[in-house]
Amino acid sequence: MTGRGHRLDLQAAPFLHTTLSTPRLMVEVILCTLPVLAAATWFFGVVALLVVAAATAGAVFAEWALATRAPRGNTLRDGSGVLTGLLVGLTLPPAIPLWMAALGGFVAIALGKQLFGGLGQNLFNPALVGRAFLQAAFPGALTTWGAPRGFLDVPASTFALPFLHGGLDGMSTATPLALHKFEHTTTGLWALFSGDVAGSLGETSALVLLLVGLWLGLRRAFDWRIPVAILVATALLGGALHLLDPVRNPGPLFLLTSGGLLFGAVFMATDPVSSPTTPRGALAFGAGIGALVVVIRDYGGLPEGVMYAILLMNAATPLLERVSQPRPFGRRRAA
Amino acid sequence: MNAPSSPAEAARLHAEFVKGLWRENPVFVQVLGMCPTLAVTNSAINALAMGAATTAVLACSSLLVSLLGRFIPAQVRISTYVIVIATFVTVVDFVLQAILPDVHKELGAFLALIVVNCLILGRQEAFASKNPPLAAVLDALGMGLGFLFALLCLGATREVLGNGSLFGIDLFGPAFEPWVVMVLPPGGFLMLGLILLLFSWRLQRRAAAAAEEKR
Repeated sequence: MTGRGHRLDLQAAPFLHTTLSTPRLMVEVILCTLPVLAAATWFFGVVALLVVAAATAGAVFAEWALATRAPRGNTLRDGSGVLTGLLVGLTLPPAIPLWMAALGGFVAIALGKQLFGGLGQNLFNPALVGRAFLQAAFPGALTTWGAPRGFLDVPASTFALPFLHGGLDGMSTATPLALHKFEHTTTGLWALFSGDVAGSLGETSALVLLLVGLWLGLRRAFDWRIPVAILVATALLGGALHLLDPVRNPGPLFLLTSGGLLFGAVFMATDPVSSPTTPRGALAFGAGIGALVVVIRDYGGLPEGVMYAILLMNAATPLLERVSQPRPFGRRRAA
Repeated sequence: MNAPSSPAEAARLHAEFVKGLWRENPVFVQVLGMCPTLAVTNSAINALAMGAATTAVLACSSLLVSLLGRFIPAQVRISTYVIVIATFVTVVDFVLQAILPDVHKELGAFLALIVVNCLILGRQEAFASKNPPLAAVLDALGMGLGFLFALLCLGATREVLGNGSLFGIDLFGPAFEPWVVMVLPPGGFLMLGLILLLFSWRLQRRAAAAAEEKR
């Protein structure tokens, strides 16, 4: 054969490869948080930028200081630390003291990621670990929602010194979910959709989050099954419960557009490390999150439950992956 | 209890005392006695009282068990130890109730539960019953003080973060934002985990340095 100029190349699979690498994926998702950050700045003013910057600084510092392998700072290059910090910042209320935001970013990387061995080793979504820590440590500050205000107007609590709360602001209000749960008033859908409501920085604008989610999904930056399953499960279970008791349980559109559901579905649940990689596992993961969110919101003591729902399903991820392994072609179905 | 007869004997006794403070610290290294460690370390004063009470019970029990060691039948030794320990726990319970009634109320059932602290029973079974009284008491004191030290570490950090005070003295003024989780049970787990992390990190580094030196 060689005599006729043909060569037989033998190679091992895989033969197709993508140019997508971890740093590129991270940069893409980081770019996609920018519209969300812009919307947060639009609604809450310049304080949004400060909070997100503080959380990111905390995360980057943890990534740098707790690096286990030399040279220090190498792991910053994959961008995941920056992304985690941005996501922590976007889940915080606008009036939070900056030192708390920085602490949240630090805890997210330190306890949520580095403790487990770094990127790819963590069981739980690091950003949500950071936020859950803040929620447990400072429940007051994490549930004080400043009303939208002037662009350059910064709440008094923002520049509180570490360990201090810096005085209460008085300009606080309630989120649409809390209003519904505790005062039985439903916020208009247009306000929820555009984002002109009280809430965490990045979670209020359903419109921006839907567009960003659509873009990331089309770019294959995450498994589309997870957010779709979350939204479908929330709408179905929420709708069914709404039919049973329309006064107590909000309707599916309200559930979908309020609180952190869309933000969680687009940015948190889709974390490739802490979500299942198998197709059926991803569907079950998303459906579990949606169901837990509806149960916590409708029957729990808290108005919002997206963070806990995602963290609980993170814990179930190894199990879901084990039971949802695809059947290799030609292999008989297990009896 | 005679004074140590030779320098070698004195060195051995010294080692029995020191080992519990750090190298074999009951909480940080042996991870024993987790129930009081997590439950009553929400303030420094509680931690101190629990540590002192445990140390007193441990030292007295070790002395008695060491003296009685030969007379206790092997088949019923555990229950005998528990009776000895329970006796001293009752004594400490009453003493604390008399002199520090507030702390006694704070510690509540955990004071009575010193009886089942496996650290104490463990020292009786592993050390006091097989060693002369002086060594047994020194071992018990070392372990007890190590336990107290560990509890104090946890109690002080949890009180400072969770309440802004240390031994009840306000540190930050009225604008302090308490870390609510730190005085709750999860804070105990979190703090203990962080301290254990520091310990194992130090051990790892030391092992790595030793391996480097050998090469």
